[in-house]
Amino acid sequence: MSALVKIAGLTRIFDVSKPWLNRLLERRPKAFLKAVSDVDLQIEERTVYALVGESGSGKSTIGKVVVGLLAPSEGSVEIEGVDLHRETDAAKVDHVRSDIQMIFQSPFASLNPRWKVRDIIAEPVAARGGDTKGLSERLLEQVGLAAGDADKFPHEFSGGQRQRICIARALASNPKLIVCDEPTSALDVSVQAQVLNLMSDLQEDLGLTYLFITHDLTVVQHMADTVGVLYLGRLVEEAPRDALFERARHPYTQMLFEAAPRIDAFGREVDPPKGEIPDPINPPSGCAFHPRCPLAIERCTRERPEMRQLGPARVACHMAEP
Amino acid sequence: MQNTALLTVENLCVEIPTRRGILKPVDDVSLQIAPGEILGVVGESGAGKSMTGNAVIGLLDPPAHISGGQVLLNGKRVDNLPREQMRRVRGKQIGMVFQDPLTSLNPLLPIGDQLVETIQEHLPVSQREARDRAVAALDEVGIPAASSRIDSYPHEFSGGMRQRVVIALALCAEPDLVIADEPTTALDVSVQAQIISLLKKLCRERGTGVMLVTHDMGVIAEASDRVAVMYAGRLAEIGPVRQVLTDPQHPYTAGLMGSTPGASLGRRRLNQIPGTMPGLNAVPDGCAYHPRCPRAEAKCRAEPRPPVSGSASCWFPGEVKI
Repeated sequence: MSALVKIAGLTRIFDVSKPWLNRLLERRPKAFLKAVSDVDLQIEERTVYALVGESGSGKSTIGKVVVGLLAPSEGSVEIEGVDLHRETDAAKVDHVRSDIQMIFQSPFASLNPRWKVRDIIAEPVAARGGDTKGLSERLLEQVGLAAGDADKFPHEFSGGQRQRICIARALASNPKLIVCDEPTSALDVSVQAQVLNLMSDLQEDLGLTYLFITHDLTVVQHMADTVGVLYLGRLVEEAPRDALFERARHPYTQMLFEAAPRIDAFGREVDPPKGEIPDPINPPSGCAFHPRCPLAIERCTRERPEMRQLGPARVACHMAEP
Repeated sequence: MQNTALLTVENLCVEIPTRRGILKPVDDVSLQIAPGEILGVVGESGAGKSMTGNAVIGLLDPPAHISGGQVLLNGKRVDNLPREQMRRVRGKQIGMVFQDPLTSLNPLLPIGDQLVETIQEHLPVSQREARDRAVAALDEVGIPAASSRIDSYPHEFSGGMRQRVVIALALCAEPDLVIADEPTTALDVSVQAQIISLLKKLCRERGTGVMLVTHDMGVIAEASDRVAVMYAGRLAEIGPVRQVLTDPQHPYTAGLMGSTPGASLGRRRLNQIPGTMPGLNAVPDGCAYHPRCPRAEAKCRAEPRPPVSGSASCWFPGEVKI
């Protein structure tokens, strides 16, 4: 097995300053938001890597950087050994680009309502001048819709069917890597089950690699091979799925697991987590989780923990034990 | 049961007349809520769960209207009250918490003004006393430094804090019943755990009955005492939460549980229910679930539809297992 995606020291900073006149009048400095900060991870070929985190943890930003919708501020993202933002050989970039596709959260916003399904699905191939004859029909059948649906418009489909169309579009260019940004969170459970099953089947049949971005731990547990947990832009823990769900080592992961509603926990009295995610523009010093952490010691407020290998997991915590 | 129930809904029907015929988003639904009890109402989108909540509190958007059955609150009918009287019941006796805390607060008024207005509308108290009560209400829902935060505007609060304000607003006139429509769907898991535990605490301390409308089976399992499963506007199953979720009698409940990722651990594929929920203009004859049901027979396809006997509305209860 070799790593399809190598992310090293990835940082992405957004300028969230007010307009310059406001800054001048109110004497405010520029403000920056570090959405992703120094993330290292590798995704093996033919595996599912899930990124989990709450809102503002930077999971979608990482996804966008991987597909090339955003440029990294620092660090690098290599796909098949090619860094899309630094590589100068256009042919190589072009080749790698066609191996990456994305599925978005909302199947309502990500399909052009004025295009027929046939054109939507064939677009990734048509844009590169490829042959699209019969392509949409074949893909529609592959994702469990009828070939005759190619002549319809997106509004004629339900949410789950639209997400199937998005999957068909993502498959059109025969990609190796599909970045899925919350692909089922807009869907009902029974439809979610259909879409997740379809995605696992396609992964096995076509040898796909997924970067699966979600906040739903039950979906992660079902789909992922490796799980990365993000908090405020930093990777705090990474482990194979079974190791992680057996025992989470980082206190944030433990808190997340504890807080997630469980279907077999009737009338469970949870001691709900304290506090909320801090302001990412002024994150806490040291370990970003220390204000909410039950294990925090003085060192955590000063010193940012490095990633350490603890048994099967990589954990960024001073107090975590193997 | 009749005397002890706080809310009794009997054979409630809601109709929406359209040019193409009459739609029935709520069809012959009966349920009861005792004081201090949390009744979870679960179903997929379009199952009529929000519509049922809105019908109880009298907030149906015309042309939708209650076309049959009755709603009794503390033994008194409230579904046929004139507008002005219903307005007094709403807020005073029934509180409502909506999904999106940002749209249910007025962005132009400080939260204190909104609370004071609600309190003075329903309780005969002076401005000063109303303000004291407002501070107490905010304190109770866990807003830190309530007396200084009371003059803040909604945008100055985070999503979780805003939802707490909305809950304070629903509870400030001390209603007997609260209808919470997807109160945690827009929130992160750690905040969701806080809100659920808050709702449970308030309900237990005050003896308030809660109708918790949600699509999340995990939330239902943890928060509610009893659960009602809805399908295509009808009640599929109702009963104590542990019994319904662990030993479902209706095949739809069983299918729903099987397609929830957390409940089918270790399986490569999720159980999926074939097809989708019928549109309101095409609800099949007989049992609405029969086209998707593995157990369906000729009896299921013919009228009359199965009555709610025991806990489930099914001719062959308990015969389909996950």
